Amino acid sequence: MTTAATQAKLWYAMRISSMVLAVCVLLHIATVIYAVRGGLSAAEILGRTHGNWFFGAFYVVFVVACSVHVPLGLAAIAREWLGVRERMALVFAQVVGLVILLMGLRAVYGVVAG
Amino acid sequence: MALKVRVWRGKEQGAFTTYEVAREESQTVLDVVVHIQRHLEPSLSFRYACRVGMCGSCAMNVNGVARWTCRTHVSKVVAGDELEIAPLSNLPVIKDLATDMREFFDKWARAKGQFKGSKTRHDDFARVEPASKERLAADAGIECIGCGICYASCDVVSWRPDFLGPAALNRAWTLVNDQRDTQQGERLRAVAGDAGCHACHTQGSCSERCPKQLAPSAAIAGLKRLTGRMAVRGKL
Repeated sequence: MTTAATQAKLWYAMRISSMVLAVCVLLHIATVIYAVRGGLSAAEILGRTHGNWFFGAFYVVFVVACSVHVPLGLAAIAREWLGVRERMALVFAQVVGLVILLMGLRAVYGVVAG
Repeated sequence: MALKVRVWRGKEQGAFTTYEVAREESQTVLDVVVHIQRHLEPSLSFRYACRVGMCGSCAMNVNGVARWTCRTHVSKVVAGDELEIAPLSNLPVIKDLATDMREFFDKWARAKGQFKGSKTRHDDFARVEPASKERLAADAGIECIGCGICYASCDVVSWRPDFLGPAALNRAWTLVNDQRDTQQGERLRAVAGDAGCHACHTQGSCSERCPKQLAPSAAIAGLKRLTGRMAVRGKL
């Protein structure tokens, strides 16, 4: 059983991560629109991202915010729509969060340093 | 012209029965239900008292929307010549249009909806600055008549029956902003979490449907901000 204080903290984490995501998504979309003007190829993307540590840091923040925000939202859906119990919903959220974090960081590493 | 009025008869299991009621000028939905009980179906059960929008007892679902029937003119809600009148959603039905409001009011108590002060009759009056932020926030929510319309309109209550609901949380928010009250810590703990304010998705049906034009969703947002802040600081 999670306490009200824990649930309030999780809500706070979700709110802060949504603020970070709002900025990240805008920058991400702006970059995509800018980047696809000359067509899209793996070589062109890697040419822009390889060794670009600003790009890397930005997407690390993006991935971390996703790995906080998405699982909490999915846990809420699991509780309300599927009737999953509180504890199970939080375990599910942690697993999803970890998967997003690992896959996301691996992708960032791949395009920046790999 | 006559109205075709479909009225819910029974408990959780039941069916709509259609009655014909003469259309009158300035007729309210409550007038229609009272007419049916007095002239067509004496066993029809429903609740009402003041008839002037003060007591909060006559709320029903009218053509699918929860409304205070005493202050709802037929002309405003009639679809062609048809009215469908059902008991409020999210509450057990006792009989016909009367719902069991116990859980609704028990949740007010669970949200620490009681005022508890520290002064006695021998003390001077508390002086609350009328223009203070807290007083204005409390003012915005204190006209609740406890009709249950927000509760019946809330999807989160349907999905999570343990959710305290808009009315109880609105009441809690008025007391959170009452500087005389002494149960602030307990109240914030009672309203935080997934059965409390953090379950709300801010869909706003409560504020949309409140007959007193209160905004429980704004009160809930206030509780979320405050409890979130307190939790992060380790004070919840």
